[in-house]
Amino acid sequence: MSSSENTIEYNRKEIPPIFGKFGLGLFGIGLVLSVLAYLSEPTRSAYNNVILLEFLSSVGLGSLFLVALEYIVGSVWSTPFRRVFEILSSVLLILPLIALPVYLHSHNIFHWTHAEVVAVDEILKQKSPYLNMTFFTIRIIAYFAIWIIFHLLMTKNSKVQDTTKDPKLTKLNTKLSAIFLPLFVLTLTFSSIDWMMSLEAHWFSTIFGVYYFSGTFLAALAAGTFLIIWLNEKGLLVKGIRKDHYYSLGALLFGFINFWGYIAFSQYLLIWYANIPEETYWFLQRWEGSWMYFSIFFIIVHFVVPYFALLSQPSKMDPKRLKFMSIWIIFVHILDLYWIVMPSFNPDGFIFGWIEIGFILLGLGVLIVVFNYSAKKVNLVAIGDPRLKRGIDFRL
Amino acid sequence: MEEKILFGYSGLFDTPDEIIEAAKKTADSKYVTYDVHTPYPVHGMDSAMKLKPSRLPYVALVVGISAMLGMLGFMYWITTTDYPVIVGGKPFFSFPAWIPVLFEVTVLSASIATVLAMIIVYFKFPNISHPLHDTDFMRAVTADKYGISIEIKDDENEEEVKAFLESIGAYNVSAIYWNNEEATFKNTVLQPKFLTLLLILIITVSGATYFTLNKLMFMVPFNWMREQDKNIPQEQSTFFNDEFAMRNPVAGTISRGNMPYKYIGQPDIAGAELLNPLPVTKKNLELGKIKYDIYCSPCHGYFAEGDSRLNGQFPNPPSLHSVKVRDWSDGRIFSVLTEGQNVMASYANQLDRNERWAVVLYIRALQRSLNAKESDL
Repeated sequence: MSSSENTIEYNRKEIPPIFGKFGLGLFGIGLVLSVLAYLSEPTRSAYNNVILLEFLSSVGLGSLFLVALEYIVGSVWSTPFRRVFEILSSVLLILPLIALPVYLHSHNIFHWTHAEVVAVDEILKQKSPYLNMTFFTIRIIAYFAIWIIFHLLMTKNSKVQDTTKDPKLTKLNTKLSAIFLPLFVLTLTFSSIDWMMSLEAHWFSTIFGVYYFSGTFLAALAAGTFLIIWLNEKGLLVKGIRKDHYYSLGALLFGFINFWGYIAFSQYLLIWYANIPEETYWFLQRWEGSWMYFSIFFIIVHFVVPYFALLSQPSKMDPKRLKFMSIWIIFVHILDLYWIVMPSFNPDGFIFGWIEIGFILLGLGVLIVVFNYSAKKVNLVAIGDPRLKRGIDFRL
Repeated sequence: MEEKILFGYSGLFDTPDEIIEAAKKTADSKYVTYDVHTPYPVHGMDSAMKLKPSRLPYVALVVGISAMLGMLGFMYWITTTDYPVIVGGKPFFSFPAWIPVLFEVTVLSASIATVLAMIIVYFKFPNISHPLHDTDFMRAVTADKYGISIEIKDDENEEEVKAFLESIGAYNVSAIYWNNEEATFKNTVLQPKFLTLLLILIITVSGATYFTLNKLMFMVPFNWMREQDKNIPQEQSTFFNDEFAMRNPVAGTISRGNMPYKYIGQPDIAGAELLNPLPVTKKNLELGKIKYDIYCSPCHGYFAEGDSRLNGQFPNPPSLHSVKVRDWSDGRIFSVLTEGQNVMASYANQLDRNERWAVVLYIRALQRSLNAKESDL
């Protein structure tokens, strides 16, 4: 390109302190509320903690997946802001801390941990080779280990590349991604089964992992999109990120809103058609009492509203709309997890109180604080990436 | 050979960067009827050419939504009004089952409409020729070159266009002429060629459809769905020794939902021992009324007074308001419905057990309407 002689204009600047302060505020309120919650209603708090855990692993793991996806397909357009996703995925490092309270309360929320229940329940007896405390512990340790190892390796390579500008590191990360992606599929699927599907140990849905993946992708992409646009507007990213990049992010968001709808409906349709009591009761639970209104509301806010908000071409380029929809999608993903988890805690009807708010605030706070903290130590742009220049020059 | 009519000028470029620059310059010039040709989609071309967003998405939106709504109405009419069939125990109006159909219809019609709109409105189908076809310029830009072609309007100067193309860095600037045939082409769908093609298409498609559905399906090996290893009623069986395809139930078993009636020929014992299992609910009474009106009223009359239109043409059916019938127990009436009495035949084949009990309930209600108890007041 004619402009290719230009050097990449990137001046490292600190993220405005208001960002970190805001995050600390959310984190502080959330932490106080959730500690109080654990003191007053431990079971309900443990359920909320599952939502928190799955939300944070959505964002962290989804970001790492996006990074790996970029390497494996050799995509160019996303290189100018790949680092944002790398930083976002550092939330994986503190996931074991978040998981610890759930693990300690697993007897309260996981039906299958009760030996006397399993003894008289034929279905649980058959599932016990998988659903038992020993194997469960081994599995979750394996998940965290795999995620953290790959996060550390890939971000380290990318960081080293900032100074060495060594194209071999891109090759190396591509290979790492090729190893990571199959592991990602397995760990994501089984971790969603372990943390969420096993809350209703009788129920099963073979598409559940894919369903959780669609939300994971959306949450990570939405968090990234918001941060990319916000940081770019503050001038913290490399010069030259423009509406062509925004459009690609918006189109991916739109595409995965549809993907989510497609998967969510597929899960429903097959269970509805087959009409087997073991499977249908999960949906019936969500269609009884006030849960019914919540489910309808949930379909509208998770599918209908984002679908029409992002349908037209200009709306996918409009930074204001994209920022708003990113926040929206982050919240509806929390709602999605809430819809999966909470009916198991309270089948009688919809509940929402200060405990839920506390855990949501804690989740957002953790996300911002961890992002702010990790962003201090690295460049916000992968300036050593050999594809960066072409990425900035990306046009539709 | 007569003089050819000039279409315009074309020029070639070597790299995508050059063509982007050239497209920008052409877009800023006074020439409006120009086009850029590249062997593959070049990123950034739309904004370089200052193209307005295409209007085709609106075609997709409008056609997609109307096809979806049309299909929704159509399926609603079929499944609830025109030919209601229970499938898999689902209600007639089972929306989840329609969503895949709606989705497919929306996508299919929207994409077909978009393609049709594109080739008819923009490419002026059935016109399939263009002066640029079959030129060296087209050969170059479909292989490895990038090019711009400018169509010359009546008020534009040929030499100026040529000079302009050279000024923006094009090489091989050459004139493009209309074929005589193309220049005099009449854009109408009523050409014999097109109509013949359409006719052949219609005959082929309908013939193939007829052949597939009416002939092919009965030929080996496509008849595998028709020829199945099962027996239909009254058929001979090659599997069982007695060659009966229809089997009796295994001794000591009853079919699902079947409740054997053990008081055959013993109406009084039935009357003493049988109790009506149905509670008196609106639903049961309504079921009883429907069945009574269908099966009982032709003889006994709508109000059980034995005054139907058959009165006088037939041994007169008795009123059910007589003291005798009123004093019968529910089980005694049930035994009459099940086994028949005098000229009345058994209704066990028409009414299942629950329906017979519901009819008994309804008869009780009819009796109470003429002979109310004091507690009813």
